[in-house]
Amino acid sequence: MEGTTAIPVKEGQREEIEDVVIRFAGDSGDGIQITGGQFTLTTALAGNDLATFPDFPAEIRAPAGTTFGVSAFQIHFGSRDIKTAGDAPDVLVALNPAALKVNLRDLQPGGLIIADSGAFTDRNLKKAGFTGNPLEDGSLSNYRLITVDISKNTLEAVKPFGLSQKEALRCKNMWTLGLVYWLYDRDRKPTADWLRAKFSERPEIADANIAAVDAGHVFGEASEVSDGGRAYTVAPAEIQPGLYRTVTGIQATAWGLVAGAQSVGLDIFFAGYPITPASAVLHTLARLKQFNVITFQAEDEIAAVCAAIGGSYAGKLGVTASSGPGVALKGEAIGLAISVELPLVILNVQRAGPSTGMPTKTEQSDLYQAVFGRNADSPLAVVAARSPADCFETAIEAARLATKYMTPVMFLTDGYLANASEPWLIPDADTLERTPVNFHTDPDGFHPFLRDEKTLARAWAIPGTPGLMHRIGGIEKSYETGNISYEPENHQKMTDTRRNKILNIANDIPEQTVEVGTEGGKVAVVGWGSTYGPINRAVNVLRNDGLDVSHIHLRHIWPLPRNLGDLLRSYDHVIIPEMNTGQLVTVLRSEYLIDAKGLNKVSGQPFKVTEIVSAVRDHLEAHK
Amino acid sequence: MNVATQPEKLTAKDYASDQEVRWCPGCGDYAIVRAMQKTLADLQSPPEKTVFISGIGCAARFPYYMATYGFHTIHGRAAAFATGTKLANPDLDVWVISGDGDALSIGGNHLLHVLRRNVNLQYILFNNEIYGLTKGQYSPTSRVGTRSPSTPLGSVDKPVSATAYALGCGARFIARSVDSLQKHLPEMFARAHAHHGASFVEVFQNCIVYNDGVYDSFTDKSVAADNQLLVEHGKPMLFGKENNKGIRLDPATLKLEVVTLGENGITASDILVHDEKNKLIASLLIEMEQPTFPVALGVLYCDPTTTYEDGVTAQIEQQKTKSGPANLNDLLRSGPTWTVD
Repeated sequence: MEGTTAIPVKEGQREEIEDVVIRFAGDSGDGIQITGGQFTLTTALAGNDLATFPDFPAEIRAPAGTTFGVSAFQIHFGSRDIKTAGDAPDVLVALNPAALKVNLRDLQPGGLIIADSGAFTDRNLKKAGFTGNPLEDGSLSNYRLITVDISKNTLEAVKPFGLSQKEALRCKNMWTLGLVYWLYDRDRKPTADWLRAKFSERPEIADANIAAVDAGHVFGEASEVSDGGRAYTVAPAEIQPGLYRTVTGIQATAWGLVAGAQSVGLDIFFAGYPITPASAVLHTLARLKQFNVITFQAEDEIAAVCAAIGGSYAGKLGVTASSGPGVALKGEAIGLAISVELPLVILNVQRAGPSTGMPTKTEQSDLYQAVFGRNADSPLAVVAARSPADCFETAIEAARLATKYMTPVMFLTDGYLANASEPWLIPDADTLERTPVNFHTDPDGFHPFLRDEKTLARAWAIPGTPGLMHRIGGIEKSYETGNISYEPENHQKMTDTRRNKILNIANDIPEQTVEVGTEGGKVAVVGWGSTYGPINRAVNVLRNDGLDVSHIHLRHIWPLPRNLGDLLRSYDHVIIPEMNTGQLVTVLRSEYLIDAKGLNKVSGQPFKVTEIVSAVRDHLEAHK
Repeated sequence: MNVATQPEKLTAKDYASDQEVRWCPGCGDYAIVRAMQKTLADLQSPPEKTVFISGIGCAARFPYYMATYGFHTIHGRAAAFATGTKLANPDLDVWVISGDGDALSIGGNHLLHVLRRNVNLQYILFNNEIYGLTKGQYSPTSRVGTRSPSTPLGSVDKPVSATAYALGCGARFIARSVDSLQKHLPEMFARAHAHHGASFVEVFQNCIVYNDGVYDSFTDKSVAADNQLLVEHGKPMLFGKENNKGIRLDPATLKLEVVTLGENGITASDILVHDEKNKLIASLLIEMEQPTFPVALGVLYCDPTTTYEDGVTAQIEQQKTKSGPANLNDLLRSGPTWTVD
C-alpha cells in the first residue's frame, strides 16, 4: 500500500514546535550511528540545544534483520534548554521490521513512524517476529505512518554513479536523513561537506550519498509522504553566546585528561586494555601523541594499572581506564598505589553488571566498588561526571586531586555519558588553572614519606633525582623514616594518616550547591553522574507545577562536600534516583543518618524524566 | 673552599642500602645481591638512574638492599610496573627481580609480554624451585615428585623450564648462572645490562630452608666441572675436570650428544662451537638435562633487535613532526564548531 498523497507544504506553513525527539533505528549494518551523528551536527549548527543517546548492540555484526542486531540513535533537540535525550521519541525511523519491533514500545502515542516498506519483506518480518505486516494490517493505527520504499528510491537516486547494488543500498541511510532533514527544516550542506571529506578518495561514493540526501529531501518537498504533508521547524534555542561544538563523553574525557595533565605540568602515561565501553578513551588518546601522551595497550587489566602506576612512579600522570569488571581486576594494584601514595587516575566507564552483564548498556552500579572496593582500609578520592561535556572538567579535577594529594582517584562516568553528545561552549585552554607539580629534589632531611603538613601528601621524588635514592613498596612503612615497619602503633598512625589525607580533601573542594531550587525545603532530589539530565528536567517540571522540589547533584562522591550533611538535613525529604539498587543512598544514610529514599532503575536505559516526576509526586502524595 | 674534585669511584659497598638484610642465614640471595652490587660498581652505574622493581616473594625483597631507587610492588606484576617506568623515562636503568613463583606462576603473562615487547630492561629470575616466603609449597619449576606442604605425596605436574619459556616468548637475550658463581654471575649481569632490549637471566638459587641442595648435582664443587657447561660465544663447548668432554651436534638428527676428545676418533673439530646468535643452538642448550648432559650456563642466546620504547618514542616524535606544536585550544576546536551570538 502507498499512503494518500497530501497537499504540498508551502514555505512558511511549517508548524513551529519547541522540541522534538527523533529515534533512528535500523540494522547494525544500516549506518544508523552515522545518520544520527550527521543529524546532530546539522541540528547543532542550526542553533538548537540538544542531547543524544546512541544505543547499539554488543555484537559487531549481529545477523542482519534480527531484533538483537538493531542499532538506534536518539536525538532530542529544541528551542529551549535540553538536558536529556528525551523520554519517548516523537518520531521513529525504522529501516527494517526488527527496528520497528524493538523500538515501537517507546514511541509516544500518536507519534510518527517513518518506515522503509522495501525492507518489510516476508523474510524480514518473520525474522523480527511479526506474523503479519504491521505497515498494512492496521496494527499501527494509533500512530501516524509514513511508509516509503526507501530502498527502491535510494537505488533510483544513486543509479547515475555506477555503484554496485550493495554499495548503492548503503546510501539508504542518507536518503532517510534527507527526508528527515526536510521534515525538520535542516540544512543539507554540512552533511554534503562531511561526505566529500570522508570519501575524498572515492568521490563517486560521496556524490552518490549526497544525491541520496537530496533525493530524500526532494521526496519530502514534493510531499509524496502520507502524513498529511505536515512539516516542522524548531527555532534556535537561547544559548549563552560563544563558540560551540558537540562533544561526546569519551572526547571530553580524553581531552580533559590532557588539560588536567597540562594544568599540573605533567605528561600523561595512559595504560589500558580493550573493554567496552572504555576502549574509546585509549583510541582517542592514542591519536594525541603530539601532546607527549604515551598510550600503552597492556596485556591485561592488571598490567594496565600496574604500568600506569609504574609511569607515575617515573614522574608522569599515570592513568588507566576500564569498566567495572576490569576495575575489579585492578583492585590489588590500586591498593598498592594507595599504600605507596602515588598519583593515579582510574577511569571507570560503568556498564550494566554484574560480571559481563550488558556491556553496551549503561548503569551506575560501581559506586560501592569505587568507594569501598578494595581489601583493607584503602581510601581514595572518587569523582563523577554528570554530562558528556562535564567529563572535561571532572577529568581535570581528577588530575588535580591525584597529584596534589598523591593518591589514586577514581573517575566515574558511564556508558551513556561515554557515547552521548551535547553542545559544548568550548573553554579557553589558556585560562586553565596552572598548579604544576613540584618534584622533591632537596636531599636535606629527605625520606619518601615526608609529608606536607597541610595536605598530608608525601614528598614525590622521582627516579633520576640525584641524592634521593629510596625504596618504596606495599609493606607498611615507618611514618618517621619511610623504611619497612611492623610496629603496631606505626600501622595505626599510617592507617589514620592515609584516611585523614583523603577526608581532608573535603576542605579543598567546593561546598555543595543547589542546582535548581532552594537551600532547604520540602524535597531534595539528589543525584550523581549521568542522572543529571533527567533529574534536572524533572525538578524543573515539578517546580513549574508549584512544588517545592530542589535538585542537588554531586561531583565529589568521596570525600563528600563538607556541607552536604547540613544541606541534606535542611529538606523534609531526600530522594536519590540512581541506576543501581541504591548505592549513594546507602552512603548518605550511613554518613549523615538521614532518612534518604532511593529511586532505583537498572534496565540498562537512562531514567525518563516522567519516571522521576511521578516518583516525586507519589512520594509527596504519600507524605501529605 | 670549593675545589673541583674527581668524583670518587663507587665501590660495591656504595650500592648497598642501610637496611638490615632479612633473608634466612645461608640463603643464596645474599650471594646474588653481592654479585649485583659488584656488577653495578664494575659498571659504575649512576645510583640515581638505577631502579630495581620486584614483585612478591623472598627475591622481591631485593630492592630494599640496594642503595638505588627501588619499588617493591605486588605479586607477579613487576614486569608490568617496570614497563610503565621504562616507557615513562627511557633514561632509567631498570632491573626486574623475580622468583620462580612470581615470574612463572602468577606473573607468567607479564613475563611473556615484557620479553616479546623487548622492553630494554634486565629481568633476573631467582629460581629455587620452591615457594619460600609462603613456607615451602612446590612451585611451577619444582620437579615431579617434590614433597611440600601442599603436595605431601609429591607433586604430579610437570615443571616449566624458565629459559625455554623465555625463548618461546621471543626473548632476545637469555643467560643462566648460579648464585654461588661469584665470578660468573656478575659477568652475566653485566652482559644482560649491555644488551639493548629485554635481557632474561635465570639464576639457580639455593633455598637453604625449603629446598636445600636442589642443584647440588651440578653446583657442588666435587661435580661442578663434569656437570656444568660454561658456554662462550665463538668457543667450543668443552667441559669436564680434564676439559676433554664436549658437545657434538649430530647433523642428521639435529640432536646433541656428549663426546670425549680422543675417544672414538673425536677431535676438537667435532665439538660444537657456541654461536649466541643462533636460536636453534640456544634451544638445544636449554633442552640439555642431567644426567645425560651437563647443565648449560652462560649467555645461551643474544641477538639484539629494536626495543619497544624506541618504537614508542619514535612514534611520538613522528607525530610531533607531522602535526607541529601541540595546542590544546586547537584540539578543542577541531572539527565543526559554530558561534552563538
